[in-house]
Amino acid sequence: MATDMLEAPAPSETAPRPAPGSRALAFLSAGARCALPVYLLLAVGFAAPLVAVVAFSFATPRSFDVFATFTLENYATIFDPANTVWLSFAWSLGFAAFTVALLAVVAYPIAYGIVHLFGRWSGLVGILFVFPLFISENVRLFGWVLFFIRNGVLDGSLKALGTDGGPDVLFTPGMILFGMVYTYLPFMLFPTVLGLSLVPRDVVDAALDMGATRLQAWREVELPLAMPGLLIGMLLTFVLAAGAVAEAKVLGGQSVIVITHDIEIAFTYSQNWPLGSALAVLLMLIIGGLTLAALSRLDLDRILGRK
Amino acid sequence: MNPQEQRLRRARLMTAAWTGFVLLVIYLPVLCSALASLGKGRYFLFPIRGWSVDWWARTLDSIEIGMLLRTSLALAAAVTVVAVAAGFFGALAFARYDWSGRRLYQKIVLLPIFFPQPVLGLALLLWFNAVGMEMSWRTAIVAHLVWIVPVVTLVIAIKVYGFDPALEEAAFDLGASRLQVLREVTLPILWPGIWSGALFAFLLSWGNFPLSLYTTGADSTVPEWLYAKMIAGYTPMVPTLGTMSTIAAASALGIGALAAMLMKRRRAA
Repeated sequence: MATDMLEAPAPSETAPRPAPGSRALAFLSAGARCALPVYLLLAVGFAAPLVAVVAFSFATPRSFDVFATFTLENYATIFDPANTVWLSFAWSLGFAAFTVALLAVVAYPIAYGIVHLFGRWSGLVGILFVFPLFISENVRLFGWVLFFIRNGVLDGSLKALGTDGGPDVLFTPGMILFGMVYTYLPFMLFPTVLGLSLVPRDVVDAALDMGATRLQAWREVELPLAMPGLLIGMLLTFVLAAGAVAEAKVLGGQSVIVITHDIEIAFTYSQNWPLGSALAVLLMLIIGGLTLAALSRLDLDRILGRK
Repeated sequence: MNPQEQRLRRARLMTAAWTGFVLLVIYLPVLCSALASLGKGRYFLFPIRGWSVDWWARTLDSIEIGMLLRTSLALAAAVTVVAVAAGFFGALAFARYDWSGRRLYQKIVLLPIFFPQPVLGLALLLWFNAVGMEMSWRTAIVAHLVWIVPVVTLVIAIKVYGFDPALEEAAFDLGASRLQVLREVTLPILWPGIWSGALFAFLLSWGNFPLSLYTTGADSTVPEWLYAKMIAGYTPMVPTLGTMSTIAAASALGIGALAAMLMKRRRAA
């Protein structure tokens, strides 16, 4: 004990001094200093706009008197039983729920392949699935219009083959759902890949060796261990699909009005910012509640790489 | 061949078939756009009767489209520079340093990604108006950064997780200054992550539509113009410009991948 104490290094005379420029920030830890630019950006570009939206939602309808008036009229209008805006909420949340369910089924086998089966092709397959994110979604959705439209690729080909032509599926709710599944696939796929790569192979093998059937090993070992990734994917796709609008406009031909479309109409054509803000606040409450509930349960260090 | 191997082979085959099918579906509309850009007529009719590259020539000659391209490029370039700088330090805070606010910070950084972009764009529109800012492609830089900086932070952070802080500390012990450590140790190790971050930033900004729509004011980017023409006033320039934009993005990605490969090979040599 005593020798330990003797050998302990004396406090260094030359403790690392902060660089001259950063003296004002010296009271912050190194991590906090690095986080500062991101925090500043999010304060100006994310927190402040959301506060402005909340503030606007309490302003007099059809006015721009933010912070000057306080009224609940906008919310009263939305919750008025005669108002059918709840239909837009229902469509959006319904589309989002179906999108998540379909994407889970579509993406899981692909993610499994990328993690376990494709070997050296995994990288290429991954890039092929990332690339569509760099093409504007309206360009990709418009490609589907060209495919399904009268005398388009499908209809024209079928007619050339001597049949009556393709089915009339454009501008229907089913088509909007298809568009959402199509657009948000990468957002489900990559979190699922992350989740599945959290599952140690030998744990599944051990379960199989001890006599579990393949279904049991999947349900009781692989699925729970991959759950954090799957949860992120499901949350992300739900949130994005609930706020999506391009699919309904391009593929739905405005046959269905989704909630973001309603918000947009209030902001643009009808120039009723307070009402639009109140709708946005309600959507943000749903999305924010879900996101915060899920994120608070996740350990991001484990998912993203620090074991 | 034993039954286990056989089963694995079958699983691999079925998964590959499904993946191939989904990829085909993903690229089908892109292909349809390319086809539509190569027809002769004013309206799209399939099968295409007369092939021509007329619309490509006209699109390349158009002054209006030249302006769109310049706006989109300037926007993407500005977003890339700022996003990489902020994302680099953001990633160090995310994964390198153990500081007391880290867990909270990690979650706050993710919030803009978990937020529908059209709603964010509208919120920014309202906010910029409330503080009396003139909307132009410059305000769109801020809008793009709000969701691209978190993405870049994550992309670089994944690289930072594999980075051993002992290397930095060793350099400090050997007498290197803070700037030297950054330049000689931290940056070289993190370059691959920074490059992918920059590529992501550029391409995501290039293709972004919902944020640009509400925050560019009178200026217009390529995706915005395409959307306006899709809704009203279709011309074959729409699929043509869309296809050009896709090819440009693919080339950027290809060049990025090639550069990464060459760098790796040079380092290995």
